[in-house]
Amino acid sequence: MTLSADAQAALDSFEHCASWEQRARLLMQWGQRLPELSDADKTDANRVHGCESQVWLVSELKDGHWQFAASSDARLIRGLVALLLARVNGLSSEALHAVDLPDWFNQLGLSRQLSPSRSNGLNAVLQRMRELSA
Amino acid sequence: MLLPSPWRADFPAIAALQRQDQIYLDNAATTQKPQALLDALTHYYASGAANVHRAQHLPGAHATQAFENSRNKVAQWLNAADCGQIVFTHGATSALNLLAYGLEHHFNPGDEIVISALEHHANLLPWQQLAQRKHLTLVVLPLDAAGVIDLDQAARLITPRTRLLAVSQLSNVLGVWQPLTELLALAKAHNALTVVDGAQGVVHGRQDVRALGCDFYVFSSHKLYGPDGVGVLFGRHAALARLQHWQFGGEMVQDADYQHATFRPAPLGFEAGTPPIASVIGLGATLAYLSSLDQAAVDAHEAALHRLLVDGLQQRSGIRLLGSPQLALVSFVVEGVHNADLAHLLTEQGIAVRAGHHCAMPLLKSLGLAGAIRVSLALYNDSDDVERFFDALDQALELLQ
Repeated sequence: MTLSADAQAALDSFEHCASWEQRARLLMQWGQRLPELSDADKTDANRVHGCESQVWLVSELKDGHWQFAASSDARLIRGLVALLLARVNGLSSEALHAVDLPDWFNQLGLSRQLSPSRSNGLNAVLQRMRELSA
Repeated sequence: MLLPSPWRADFPAIAALQRQDQIYLDNAATTQKPQALLDALTHYYASGAANVHRAQHLPGAHATQAFENSRNKVAQWLNAADCGQIVFTHGATSALNLLAYGLEHHFNPGDEIVISALEHHANLLPWQQLAQRKHLTLVVLPLDAAGVIDLDQAARLITPRTRLLAVSQLSNVLGVWQPLTELLALAKAHNALTVVDGAQGVVHGRQDVRALGCDFYVFSSHKLYGPDGVGVLFGRHAALARLQHWQFGGEMVQDADYQHATFRPAPLGFEAGTPPIASVIGLGATLAYLSSLDQAAVDAHEAALHRLLVDGLQQRSGIRLLGSPQLALVSFVVEGVHNADLAHLLTEQGIAVRAGHHCAMPLLKSLGLAGAIRVSLALYNDSDDVERFFDALDQALELLQ
Protein backbone atom coordinates (compact mmCIF):
# COMPACT_ATOMS: atom_id res chain seq x y z
CA MET A 1 0.00 0.00 0.00
CA THR A 2 1.44 3.37 -0.94
CA LEU A 3 1.66 5.98 1.75
CA SER A 4 0.40 9.52 1.38
CA ALA A 5 3.04 12.24 1.19
CA ASP A 6 2.25 13.17 4.82
CA ALA A 7 2.61 9.62 6.03
CA GLN A 8 5.85 9.12 4.16
CA ALA A 9 7.20 12.33 5.69
CA ALA A 10 6.28 11.09 9.13
CA LEU A 11 7.97 7.79 8.53
CA ASP A 12 11.12 9.46 7.21
CA SER A 13 11.48 11.69 10.23
CA PHE A 14 10.58 9.22 12.98
CA GLU A 15 12.49 6.31 11.55
CA HIS A 16 15.80 7.98 12.29
CA CYS A 17 14.92 9.19 15.76
CA ALA A 18 17.83 8.27 18.00
CA SER A 19 16.76 9.69 21.34
CA TRP A 20 13.61 10.18 23.35
CA GLU A 21 14.17 13.95 23.29
CA GLN A 22 14.27 14.00 19.52
CA ARG A 23 11.14 11.87 19.38
CA ALA A 24 9.35 14.16 21.84
CA ARG A 25 10.34 17.28 19.90
CA LEU A 26 9.12 15.75 16.65
CA LEU A 27 5.85 14.67 18.24
CA MET A 28 5.24 18.18 19.50
CA GLN A 29 6.06 19.62 16.06
CA TRP A 30 3.55 17.30 14.43
CA GLY A 31 1.04 18.28 17.09
CA GLN A 32 1.55 21.94 16.39
CA ARG A 33 0.90 21.42 12.70
CA LEU A 34 -2.44 19.75 13.39
CA PRO A 35 -5.14 22.28 12.43
CA GLU A 36 -7.06 23.35 15.53
CA LEU A 37 -10.68 22.24 15.76
CA SER A 38 -13.28 24.97 16.06
CA ASP A 39 -14.91 25.34 19.46
CA ALA A 40 -18.16 24.25 17.86
CA ASP A 41 -16.58 20.86 17.20
CA LYS A 42 -15.24 20.48 20.76
CA THR A 43 -18.50 19.06 22.02
CA ASP A 44 -19.12 16.29 24.48
CA ALA A 45 -20.39 14.14 21.64
CA ASN A 46 -17.03 14.46 19.90
CA ARG A 47 -14.99 13.79 23.06
CA VAL A 48 -12.95 10.62 23.11
CA HIS A 49 -13.33 9.17 26.58
CA GLY A 50 -10.63 7.13 28.24
CA CYS A 51 -7.89 9.72 27.81
CA GLU A 52 -5.84 11.45 30.51
CA SER A 53 -6.25 14.59 28.44
CA GLN A 54 -9.17 15.97 26.49
CA VAL A 55 -9.28 14.66 22.94
CA TRP A 56 -11.91 15.38 20.31
CA LEU A 57 -12.28 13.53 17.03
CA VAL A 58 -14.60 14.35 14.14
CA SER A 59 -14.96 12.59 10.82
CA GLU A 60 -16.36 13.21 7.38
CA LEU A 61 -16.77 10.89 4.42
CA LYS A 62 -16.32 13.01 1.29
CA ASP A 63 -16.56 11.51 -2.19
CA GLY A 64 -15.76 8.13 -0.73
CA HIS A 65 -12.71 9.35 1.19
CA TRP A 66 -12.40 9.77 4.94
CA GLN A 67 -11.29 13.03 6.45
CA PHE A 68 -10.69 13.09 10.20
CA ALA A 69 -9.90 16.11 12.30
CA ALA A 70 -8.89 16.11 15.95
CA SER A 71 -7.59 18.19 18.78
CA SER A 72 -6.28 17.79 22.31
CA ASP A 73 -5.25 20.00 25.19
CA ALA A 74 -2.10 17.92 25.70
CA ARG A 75 0.74 18.33 23.25
CA LEU A 76 2.17 14.84 22.93
CA ILE A 77 -1.15 13.13 22.38
CA ARG A 78 -1.90 15.82 19.80
CA GLY A 79 1.29 14.76 18.04
CA LEU A 80 0.31 11.10 18.18
CA VAL A 81 -3.11 11.92 16.77
CA ALA A 82 -1.50 13.99 14.01
CA LEU A 83 0.57 10.95 13.02
CA LEU A 84 -2.57 8.85 13.02
CA LEU A 85 -4.42 11.29 10.78
CA ALA A 86 -1.43 11.49 8.45
CA ARG A 87 -1.82 7.78 7.85
CA VAL A 88 -5.60 7.56 7.45
CA ASN A 89 -6.86 10.82 5.94
CA GLY A 90 -7.92 10.49 2.36
CA LEU A 91 -8.35 6.73 2.52
CA SER A 92 -11.45 4.98 1.20
CA SER A 93 -13.51 2.94 3.67
CA GLU A 94 -12.02 -0.20 2.25
CA ALA A 95 -8.46 1.05 2.59
CA LEU A 96 -9.12 2.41 6.07
CA HIS A 97 -10.34 -0.96 7.28
CA ALA A 98 -7.33 -2.65 5.76
CA VAL A 99 -4.72 -0.44 7.36
CA ASP A 100 -2.84 -1.93 10.30
CA LEU A 101 -2.62 1.02 12.66
CA PRO A 102 -0.66 -0.68 15.47
CA ASP A 103 1.89 -1.59 12.80
CA TRP A 104 1.94 2.02 11.65
CA PHE A 105 2.95 3.20 15.13
CA ASN A 106 5.39 0.34 15.32
CA GLN A 107 7.08 1.56 12.13
CA LEU A 108 7.30 5.01 13.67
CA GLY A 109 9.00 3.55 16.76
CA LEU A 110 6.01 4.49 18.90
CA SER A 111 4.46 1.08 19.56
CA ARG A 112 4.81 1.53 23.32
CA GLN A 113 2.23 4.30 23.12
CA LEU A 114 -0.34 1.60 22.33
CA SER A 115 0.36 -0.68 25.29
CA PRO A 116 -2.87 -1.45 27.18
CA SER A 117 -1.75 0.30 30.36
CA ARG A 118 -1.21 3.60 28.59
CA SER A 119 -3.79 6.11 29.64
CA ASN A 120 -2.65 8.63 27.03
CA GLY A 121 -5.70 7.74 25.03
CA LEU A 122 -4.21 6.69 21.71
CA ASN A 123 -5.97 3.35 22.06
CA ALA A 124 -9.23 5.14 22.77
CA VAL A 125 -8.75 7.34 19.70
CA LEU A 126 -8.18 4.27 17.51
CA GLN A 127 -11.29 2.64 18.94
CA ARG A 128 -13.34 5.77 18.30
CA MET A 129 -12.05 5.97 14.74
CA ARG A 130 -13.19 2.39 14.14
CA GLU A 131 -16.64 3.23 15.51
CA LEU A 132 -16.95 6.37 13.37
CA SER A 133 -15.94 4.54 10.20
CA ALA A 134 -17.82 1.31 10.87
CA MET B 1 25.29 8.83 48.17
CA LEU B 2 23.46 11.23 50.44
CA LEU B 3 20.72 8.85 51.60
CA PRO B 4 21.33 5.17 50.81
CA SER B 5 18.65 2.68 51.81
CA PRO B 6 20.06 -0.15 53.94
CA TRP B 7 17.02 -2.28 52.99
CA ARG B 8 17.25 -1.92 49.21
CA ALA B 9 18.98 -5.26 48.66
CA ASP B 10 16.18 -7.05 50.52
CA PHE B 11 13.90 -6.29 47.56
CA PRO B 12 15.19 -8.15 44.47
CA ALA B 13 12.81 -6.39 42.09
CA ILE B 14 14.54 -3.06 42.64
CA ALA B 15 17.73 -4.38 41.05
CA ALA B 16 15.70 -5.98 38.24
CA LEU B 17 13.93 -2.70 37.56
CA GLN B 18 17.24 -0.89 37.61
CA ARG B 19 18.53 -3.25 34.91
CA GLN B 20 15.54 -2.13 32.83
CA ASP B 21 16.52 1.46 33.59
CA GLN B 22 13.39 2.02 35.66
CA ILE B 23 13.18 4.10 38.82
CA TYR B 24 10.16 2.98 40.78
CA LEU B 25 8.43 5.89 42.54
CA ASP B 26 4.81 4.72 42.42
CA ASN B 27 4.79 3.05 45.81
CA ALA B 28 1.46 4.45 46.92
CA ALA B 29 -0.08 2.37 44.12
CA THR B 30 1.74 -0.83 45.01
CA THR B 31 5.10 -1.83 46.42
CA GLN B 32 7.94 -4.20 45.52
CA LYS B 33 8.25 -7.32 47.65
CA PRO B 34 10.96 -8.47 50.07
CA GLN B 35 12.88 -11.70 49.44
CA ALA B 36 11.35 -13.08 52.65
CA LEU B 37 7.92 -12.99 50.99
CA LEU B 38 9.16 -14.67 47.80
CA ASP B 39 10.76 -17.39 49.93
CA ALA B 40 7.54 -17.96 51.87
CA LEU B 41 5.49 -18.31 48.66
CA THR B 42 8.00 -20.73 47.17
CA HIS B 43 8.13 -22.71 50.39
CA TYR B 44 4.36 -22.99 50.62
CA TYR B 45 3.86 -24.07 47.02
CA ALA B 46 6.93 -26.32 47.00
CA SER B 47 6.09 -28.03 50.29
CA GLY B 48 2.49 -28.91 49.55
CA ALA B 49 -0.49 -26.65 49.03
CA ALA B 50 -3.76 -27.47 50.79
CA ASN B 51 -7.02 -25.79 51.59
CA VAL B 52 -7.49 -24.29 55.04
CA HIS B 53 -10.05 -24.99 57.78
CA ARG B 54 -11.47 -28.01 55.96
CA ALA B 55 -9.29 -31.06 55.79
CA GLN B 56 -8.09 -33.39 58.50
CA HIS B 57 -5.00 -34.40 56.49
CA LEU B 58 -1.48 -33.25 57.30
CA PRO B 59 -0.99 -30.80 54.39
CA GLY B 60 -4.28 -29.19 55.39
CA ALA B 61 -3.14 -28.90 58.97
CA HIS B 62 0.14 -27.29 57.90
CA ALA B 63 -1.57 -24.81 55.60
CA THR B 64 -4.13 -23.91 58.24
CA GLN B 65 -1.40 -23.44 60.81
CA ALA B 66 0.60 -21.13 58.54
CA PHE B 67 -2.58 -19.26 57.55
CA GLU B 68 -3.61 -18.70 61.18
CA ASN B 69 -0.05 -17.70 62.11
CA SER B 70 -0.41 -14.86 59.63
CA ARG B 71 -3.61 -13.77 61.36
CA ASN B 72 -1.63 -13.58 64.60
CA LYS B 73 1.10 -11.56 62.97
CA VAL B 74 -1.42 -9.10 61.57
CA ALA B 75 -3.04 -8.76 64.99
CA GLN B 76 0.38 -8.06 66.51
CA TRP B 77 1.27 -5.63 63.74
CA LEU B 78 -1.86 -3.59 64.50
CA ASN B 79 -1.66 -4.18 68.25
CA ALA B 80 -5.13 -5.72 68.15
CA ALA B 81 -6.22 -7.43 71.36
CA ASP B 82 -6.52 -10.84 69.70
CA CYS B 83 -6.49 -12.48 66.29
CA GLY B 84 -10.25 -13.11 66.38
CA GLN B 85 -10.57 -9.48 65.37
CA ILE B 86 -8.74 -9.89 62.05
CA VAL B 87 -10.76 -10.77 58.94
CA PHE B 88 -8.94 -11.51 55.69
CA THR B 89 -10.58 -10.04 52.60
CA HIS B 90 -9.42 -9.71 49.00
CA GLY B 91 -8.21 -6.14 49.43
CA ALA B 92 -8.95 -2.88 51.18
CA THR B 93 -11.69 -2.18 48.65
CA SER B 94 -13.41 -5.48 49.36
CA ALA B 95 -13.06 -4.89 53.12
CA LEU B 96 -14.85 -1.55 52.77
CA ASN B 97 -17.52 -3.12 50.60
CA LEU B 98 -17.93 -5.85 53.22
CA LEU B 99 -18.61 -3.12 55.79
CA ALA B 100 -21.03 -1.21 53.58
CA TYR B 101 -23.07 -4.38 53.02
CA GLY B 102 -22.54 -5.94 56.43
CA LEU B 103 -23.75 -2.83 58.24
CA GLU B 104 -26.56 -1.97 55.84
CA HIS B 105 -29.30 -3.25 58.16
CA HIS B 106 -28.34 -0.68 60.83
CA PHE B 107 -29.32 2.27 58.68
CA ASN B 108 -32.71 3.93 58.31
CA PRO B 109 -33.77 6.53 55.74
CA GLY B 110 -32.50 9.95 56.77
CA ASP B 111 -29.50 8.62 58.70
CA GLU B 112 -26.19 10.21 57.83
CA ILE B 113 -22.84 8.72 56.82
CA VAL B 114 -19.89 11.07 57.14
CA ILE B 115 -16.80 10.79 54.95
CA SER B 116 -14.20 13.39 53.96
CA ALA B 117 -13.44 15.25 50.75
CA LEU B 118 -10.15 13.40 50.30
CA GLU B 119 -11.42 9.84 50.27
CA HIS B 120 -10.10 7.32 47.77
CA HIS B 121 -12.93 5.91 45.65
CA ALA B 122 -12.71 2.73 47.75
CA ASN B 123 -13.81 4.65 50.84
CA LEU B 124 -16.32 6.80 48.97
CA LEU B 125 -18.25 4.64 46.52
CA PRO B 126 -19.33 1.81 48.90
CA TRP B 127 -20.85 4.46 51.22
CA GLN B 128 -22.28 6.51 48.37
CA GLN B 129 -24.01 3.43 46.96
CA LEU B 130 -25.22 2.37 50.42
CA ALA B 131 -26.67 5.87 50.86
CA GLN B 132 -28.51 5.49 47.55
CA ARG B 133 -29.84 2.02 48.44
CA LYS B 134 -31.13 3.09 51.86
CA HIS B 135 -31.98 6.77 51.21
CA LEU B 136 -29.28 8.04 53.54
CA THR B 137 -27.43 11.34 53.41
CA LEU B 138 -23.74 11.25 52.59
CA VAL B 139 -22.04 14.14 54.40
CA VAL B 140 -18.62 15.20 53.10
CA LEU B 141 -16.19 16.85 55.53
CA PRO B 142 -14.28 19.69 53.84
CA LEU B 143 -10.48 20.17 53.96
CA ASP B 144 -8.38 23.17 54.87
CA ALA B 145 -5.71 24.56 52.53
CA ALA B 146 -3.07 22.15 53.82
CA GLY B 147 -5.26 19.16 52.98
CA VAL B 148 -6.36 18.39 56.54
CA ILE B 149 -9.98 17.67 57.39
CA ASP B 150 -11.35 20.89 58.91
CA LEU B 151 -12.17 20.08 62.54
CA ASP B 152 -14.41 23.11 63.13
CA GLN B 153 -16.56 22.09 60.19
CA ALA B 154 -16.41 18.45 61.28
CA ALA B 155 -17.72 19.41 64.73
CA ARG B 156 -20.67 21.06 62.99
CA LEU B 157 -21.31 18.27 60.48
CA ILE B 158 -20.99 15.26 62.81
CA THR B 159 -24.32 15.27 64.61
CA PRO B 160 -26.75 12.93 66.37
CA ARG B 161 -27.93 11.93 62.87
CA THR B 162 -24.44 10.57 62.10
CA ARG B 163 -24.53 6.79 62.21
CA LEU B 164 -21.10 6.13 60.75
CA LEU B 165 -17.85 8.01 60.12
CA ALA B 166 -15.43 6.62 57.50
CA VAL B 167 -12.17 8.50 56.95
CA SER B 168 -8.68 7.92 55.63
CA GLN B 169 -5.77 8.03 57.98
CA LEU B 170 -3.35 9.31 55.33
CA SER B 171 -4.45 10.69 51.98
CA ASN B 172 -3.11 8.91 48.89
CA VAL B 173 -3.05 12.25 47.06
CA LEU B 174 -2.10 14.81 49.71
CA GLY B 175 0.23 12.83 51.96
CA VAL B 176 -1.14 14.39 55.15
CA TRP B 177 -2.02 12.62 58.40
CA GLN B 178 -5.63 13.26 59.31
CA PRO B 179 -6.71 14.26 62.83
CA LEU B 180 -8.23 10.89 63.65
CA THR B 181 -8.19 11.29 67.44
CA GLU B 182 -10.41 14.36 67.27
CA LEU B 183 -12.63 13.02 64.48
CA LEU B 184 -13.20 9.67 66.18
CA ALA B 185 -14.04 11.47 69.44
CA LEU B 186 -16.64 13.58 67.61
CA ALA B 187 -18.20 10.46 66.10
CA LYS B 188 -18.16 8.50 69.35
CA ALA B 189 -19.85 11.36 71.19
CA HIS B 190 -22.84 10.61 68.97
CA ASN B 191 -22.48 6.82 69.16
CA ALA B 192 -21.56 6.60 65.50
CA LEU B 193 -19.55 3.68 64.17
CA THR B 194 -16.04 4.56 63.08
CA VAL B 195 -14.16 3.18 60.08
CA VAL B 196 -10.55 4.08 59.31
CA ASP B 197 -9.13 3.51 55.83
CA GLY B 198 -5.52 2.69 56.66
CA ALA B 199 -4.45 1.72 53.12
CA GLN B 200 -1.74 4.42 53.08
CA GLY B 201 -1.35 5.01 56.81
CA VAL B 202 -0.46 1.42 57.69
CA VAL B 203 2.62 1.60 55.47
CA HIS B 204 4.29 4.41 57.39
CA GLY B 205 5.20 3.78 60.99
CA ARG B 206 3.37 1.38 63.28
CA GLN B 207 -0.35 1.81 63.77
CA ASP B 208 -2.11 0.85 66.98
CA VAL B 209 -5.81 0.16 66.60
CA ARG B 210 -6.34 0.00 70.34
CA ALA B 211 -4.83 3.44 70.85
CA LEU B 212 -6.83 4.76 67.88
CA GLY B 213 -10.03 3.38 69.34
CA CYS B 214 -11.77 2.93 65.96
CA ASP B 215 -14.43 0.27 65.43
CA PHE B 216 -12.95 -0.87 62.12
CA TYR B 217 -9.55 -0.46 60.48
CA VAL B 218 -8.91 -1.51 56.89
CA PHE B 219 -5.75 -1.95 54.84
CA SER B 220 -4.42 -3.85 51.85
CA SER B 221 -1.42 -6.14 51.89
CA HIS B 222 0.13 -5.16 48.58
CA LYS B 223 0.78 -1.57 49.59
CA LEU B 224 2.56 -2.86 52.72
CA TYR B 225 5.17 -4.84 50.75
CA GLY B 226 2.91 -7.92 50.88
CA PRO B 227 1.23 -9.98 48.14
CA ASP B 228 -1.79 -8.68 46.27
CA GLY B 229 -5.23 -10.21 46.60
CA VAL B 230 -5.34 -9.83 50.38
CA GLY B 231 -6.90 -7.14 52.49
CA VAL B 232 -7.32 -6.91 56.22
CA LEU B 233 -10.37 -5.85 58.17
CA PHE B 234 -9.77 -5.28 61.85
CA GLY B 235 -12.90 -4.89 63.95
CA ARG B 236 -13.53 -4.55 67.65
CA HIS B 237 -15.44 -7.62 68.86
CA ALA B 238 -18.61 -5.62 69.53
CA ALA B 239 -18.36 -3.98 66.12
CA LEU B 240 -17.76 -7.26 64.26
CA ALA B 241 -20.82 -8.71 66.01
CA ARG B 242 -22.94 -6.04 64.32
CA LEU B 243 -22.03 -7.20 60.82
CA GLN B 244 -24.48 -9.20 58.79
CA HIS B 245 -23.02 -11.93 56.63
CA TRP B 246 -22.68 -10.76 53.06
CA GLN B 247 -20.97 -13.39 50.92
CA PHE B 248 -21.93 -17.01 51.23
CA GLY B 249 -20.27 -20.32 50.56
CA GLY B 250 -17.26 -22.28 51.71
CA GLU B 251 -16.34 -22.67 55.34
CA MET B 252 -18.22 -19.58 56.53
CA VAL B 253 -21.22 -21.81 57.17
CA GLN B 254 -22.03 -23.48 60.47
CA ASP B 255 -24.91 -25.64 59.36
CA ALA B 256 -26.80 -25.82 56.08
CA ASP B 257 -30.09 -27.29 54.90
CA TYR B 258 -31.63 -26.88 51.48
CA GLN B 259 -33.89 -24.08 52.70
CA HIS B 260 -31.85 -22.33 55.38
CA ALA B 261 -28.43 -22.08 56.94
CA THR B 262 -26.57 -20.64 59.90
CA PHE B 263 -23.20 -19.01 59.72
CA ARG B 264 -20.06 -18.68 61.74
CA PRO B 265 -19.16 -15.49 63.53
CA ALA B 266 -16.15 -13.35 62.52
CA PRO B 267 -13.52 -13.90 61.37
CA LEU B 268 -14.33 -17.13 59.49
CA GLY B 269 -17.95 -16.17 58.88
CA PHE B 270 -16.72 -13.31 56.69
CA GLU B 271 -14.18 -15.32 54.72
CA ALA B 272 -16.46 -17.04 52.21
CA GLY B 273 -14.89 -19.37 49.69
CA THR B 274 -11.27 -20.41 49.60
CA PRO B 275 -9.22 -17.48 50.86
CA PRO B 276 -6.01 -16.38 49.11
CA ILE B 277 -4.00 -18.84 51.21
CA ALA B 278 -0.54 -18.33 49.73
CA SER B 279 -0.93 -14.57 49.81
CA VAL B 280 -2.04 -14.59 53.44
CA ILE B 281 0.98 -16.72 54.32
CA GLY B 282 3.14 -14.33 52.30
CA LEU B 283 1.74 -11.36 54.18
CA GLY B 284 2.76 -13.06 57.41
CA ALA B 285 6.31 -13.43 56.09
CA THR B 286 6.36 -9.78 55.03
CA LEU B 287 5.23 -8.66 58.48
CA ALA B 288 7.91 -10.85 60.09
CA TYR B 289 10.47 -9.15 57.84
CA LEU B 290 9.15 -5.66 58.58
CA SER B 291 9.07 -6.41 62.32
CA SER B 292 12.77 -7.23 62.16
CA LEU B 293 13.63 -3.74 60.92
CA ASP B 294 14.56 -0.79 63.09
CA GLN B 295 11.28 1.11 62.71
CA ALA B 296 12.79 4.40 63.89
CA ALA B 297 15.50 4.10 61.23
CA VAL B 298 12.88 3.37 58.54
CA ASP B 299 10.81 6.37 59.61
CA ALA B 300 13.87 8.63 59.65
CA HIS B 301 14.95 7.44 56.19
CA GLU B 302 11.49 7.98 54.71
CA ALA B 303 11.25 11.42 56.31
CA ALA B 304 14.66 12.48 54.95
CA LEU B 305 13.79 11.29 51.43
CA HIS B 306 10.48 13.08 51.60
CA ARG B 307 12.17 16.31 52.65
CA LEU B 308 14.57 15.99 49.72
CA LEU B 309 11.62 15.49 47.38
CA VAL B 310 9.55 18.37 48.70
CA ASP B 311 12.52 20.78 48.86
CA GLY B 312 13.56 19.94 45.32
CA LEU B 313 10.06 20.52 43.96
CA GLN B 314 9.67 23.77 45.87
CA GLN B 315 12.98 25.06 44.50
CA ARG B 316 11.72 24.71 40.95
CA SER B 317 9.56 27.50 39.58
CA GLY B 318 6.03 27.00 38.39
CA ILE B 319 5.44 23.87 40.47
CA ARG B 320 2.39 23.75 42.69
CA LEU B 321 2.15 21.07 45.36
CA LEU B 322 -1.26 19.72 46.32
CA GLY B 323 -1.77 20.46 50.00
CA SER B 324 1.19 20.42 52.38
CA PRO B 325 2.48 16.86 52.18
CA GLN B 326 4.06 15.57 55.38
CA LEU B 327 5.35 12.18 54.32
CA ALA B 328 5.39 9.34 51.85
CA LEU B 329 4.28 11.15 48.73
CA VAL B 330 3.91 14.42 46.88
CA SER B 331 1.37 15.30 44.23
CA PHE B 332 2.02 18.31 42.04
CA VAL B 333 1.13 20.16 38.87
CA VAL B 334 3.27 22.47 36.76
CA GLU B 335 1.92 25.78 35.58
CA GLY B 336 1.28 25.76 31.84
CA VAL B 337 2.19 22.09 31.47
CA HIS B 338 -0.37 19.36 30.94
CA ASN B 339 0.21 16.53 33.40
CA ALA B 340 -0.33 14.01 30.59
CA ASP B 341 2.61 15.57 28.70
CA LEU B 342 4.84 15.54 31.74
CA ALA B 343 3.86 11.95 32.55
CA HIS B 344 4.66 10.95 28.97
CA LEU B 345 8.17 12.40 29.13
CA LEU B 346 8.91 11.01 32.59
CA THR B 347 7.88 7.58 31.31
CA GLU B 348 10.19 8.00 28.33
CA GLN B 349 13.02 8.48 30.80
CA GLY B 350 12.19 5.43 32.90
CA ILE B 351 10.63 7.24 35.82
CA ALA B 352 7.68 5.28 37.17
CA VAL B 353 5.35 7.81 38.75
CA ARG B 354 1.61 8.13 38.59
CA ALA B 355 -0.35 10.72 36.62
CA GLY B 356 -4.06 11.27 36.75
CA HIS B 357 -6.82 11.44 39.31
CA HIS B 358 -5.37 8.82 41.71
CA CYS B 359 -8.77 7.21 42.31
CA ALA B 360 -9.93 10.40 44.01
CA MET B 361 -11.76 12.19 41.20
CA PRO B 362 -13.97 14.35 43.46
CA LEU B 363 -10.90 15.61 45.34
CA LEU B 364 -9.07 16.54 42.14
CA LYS B 365 -12.21 18.21 40.79
CA SER B 366 -12.57 20.21 44.01
CA LEU B 367 -8.99 21.42 43.55
CA GLY B 368 -9.90 22.49 40.02
CA LEU B 369 -7.52 19.97 38.47
CA ALA B 370 -8.00 17.30 35.84
CA GLY B 371 -5.06 15.40 37.25
CA ALA B 372 -1.69 15.63 38.94
CA ILE B 373 1.63 13.83 39.02
CA ARG B 374 2.28 11.82 42.17
CA VAL B 375 5.71 10.69 43.34
CA SER B 376 5.49 8.19 46.18
CA LEU B 377 8.32 6.72 48.23
CA ALA B 378 9.07 3.44 49.95
CA LEU B 379 11.73 2.32 52.38
CA TYR B 380 13.90 0.88 49.58
CA ASN B 381 14.11 4.17 47.68
CA ASP B 382 17.27 6.20 48.05
CA SER B 383 18.40 9.72 47.25
CA ASP B 384 19.71 8.60 43.84
CA ASP B 385 16.13 7.67 42.90
CA VAL B 386 14.97 11.14 43.86
CA GLU B 387 17.86 12.78 41.99
CA ARG B 388 17.12 10.70 38.90
CA PHE B 389 13.53 11.88 39.10
CA PHE B 390 14.62 15.52 39.33
CA ASP B 391 16.99 15.15 36.36
CA ALA B 392 14.16 13.65 34.32
CA LEU B 393 11.75 16.33 35.49
CA ASP B 394 14.15 19.10 34.49
CA GLN B 395 14.73 17.56 31.07
CA ALA B 396 11.01 17.12 30.51
CA LEU B 397 10.20 20.67 31.57
CA GLU B 398 12.95 22.04 29.36
CA LEU B 399 11.18 20.47 26.41
CA LEU B 400 7.69 21.43 27.51
CA GLN B 401 8.11 24.96 28.86
